[in-house]
Amino acid sequence: MKRRRPRWRIEDGARVNMLLIPCPICGERPEIEFTYGGEAGIARPTQPAALNDDEWGEFLYLRRNPRGMHGERWRHVNGCGRFFNVWRNTETDHFHGSWKPGQEPPDPTP
Amino acid sequence: MQKFSAFAIARRALNGHRGWGPQWRSPEPKTQYDALIIGGGGHGLATAYYLAREHGMRNIAVLEKSWIGGGNTGRNTTIIRSNYLFDESARLYDHAVKLWENLSQTLNYNVMFSQRGVMMLAHNVHDEQVFKRHVHANRLNGVDNEWLTAEQAKAFCPPLRISPGMRYPVIGAALQRRGGTARHDAVAWGYARAADDLGVDIIQNCMVTGITRDADGAVSGVETTRGRITTRKIGVVAAGNSSVVMAMAGIRMPLESYPLQALVSEPVKPIFPCVVMSNTIHAYISQSDKGELVIGAGTDSYISYSQRGALHVNTHTLEAICELFPDFRRLRVLRNWGGIVDVTPDRSPIIAKTSVPGLYVNCGWGTGGFKATPGSGHLFAHTIAKGEPHALNAPFTIERFRDGFLIDEAAAAAVAH
Repeated sequence: MKRRRPRWRIEDGARVNMLLIPCPICGERPEIEFTYGGEAGIARPTQPAALNDDEWGEFLYLRRNPRGMHGERWRHVNGCGRFFNVWRNTETDHFHGSWKPGQEPPDPTP
Repeated sequence: MQKFSAFAIARRALNGHRGWGPQWRSPEPKTQYDALIIGGGGHGLATAYYLAREHGMRNIAVLEKSWIGGGNTGRNTTIIRSNYLFDESARLYDHAVKLWENLSQTLNYNVMFSQRGVMMLAHNVHDEQVFKRHVHANRLNGVDNEWLTAEQAKAFCPPLRISPGMRYPVIGAALQRRGGTARHDAVAWGYARAADDLGVDIIQNCMVTGITRDADGAVSGVETTRGRITTRKIGVVAAGNSSVVMAMAGIRMPLESYPLQALVSEPVKPIFPCVVMSNTIHAYISQSDKGELVIGAGTDSYISYSQRGALHVNTHTLEAICELFPDFRRLRVLRNWGGIVDVTPDRSPIIAKTSVPGLYVNCGWGTGGFKATPGSGHLFAHTIAKGEPHALNAPFTIERFRDGFLIDEAAAAAVAH
């Protein structure tokens, strides 16, 4: 059976007016279906009381905020509802691979 | 410096205005400066100007990776106000407003500062309570702010619709009459010209690629695309790129950089006498002297350095504008652009020294830095020159995110970003 191309698919080179986010479950969908969850891989400390102020401040507030490849979390809230992680280049806003929570992040695809 | 005046214009008119020179030099970078400012936006240029004028530091340079005022200084919606909730913020922003009031005379450059009033609309009981709290808090801090009924708001801004049948009816407004707008390009140019006149080197097309440190860990210079420069003091004023520059000195910042968009309509005759903001339905609008309606959108949800954002963010704001001002529904949008704003977790800036000796940072102005330009530069210059913060910026440290002394203006920002 021929797979139907989603209606909102925008061809390469066309003017994109919002992010098309690659959900690992549903495929590429427009940004308004998602909520952003910030930098990926920031785990809540298992022993919060054991942290000093520097470590706690770092967990709460310090972020890489890189100009370039950024591992980040999204939730497909108006779709499958799942959380997932993606690589996105913050200079171009292009996506470079995704991974599910709990998995090791892959190398960003070129 | 060629002083600008009516007489100077008349005199130069005699030879066809051919006698005007460049407003600032374009020098080659020297190999050594007493202090370097990284970032040639309004805040960086103001910092250099006050360092030279108030602290006598003349052997200094501003390094700008592209052209001065081409980042957020040239991309914002030019709104100036100081009606912030907390004592620290109200003092900080009102310090800036007081400097704005004389800025054109100080710089001998018309920055077109217009105190036309900034009106923030309330649409529900919560808004009304919050804004009345702001009015009272502002008055205690000596900052003007007053409560208007819906009818008074309509009288102050006739295009405003206050019909009770609206989806979000206007039930009142808080008005800061000393608030207003200024011409953003003129602010960058005015500071650049005045700083240059005091001997400051403004070096454009010079990107900093590294910060070097000596054996004690103190800063010793920078690597740039135009060669190495030694210095003992560096002030980083890099807005959206602050995290990137600070990472060169090994410092992680409590910042995230988001796209923030704005747009203008086609120019029309004067129709809009003030600035109107609505937090609840997310809109802010004013009219430039060119006649364009200047409209600000929200931030996109994700971090980015691309200087562009998504269309749905603008649409959201335009829907609110059309609801509030039905007259504007048939206006066409002329331009839309984005800038990259560095946002702190508490939506208050950082103007502070850092854990690296000789390295100072002025960042985190988020979505509202333009209004603070003179005050920010003035206080940051003090911090760099003295090695210690001024009383007004002492609370705005990086360490507040470790120690928990946040200045939480997130709920007090003009619009929810």
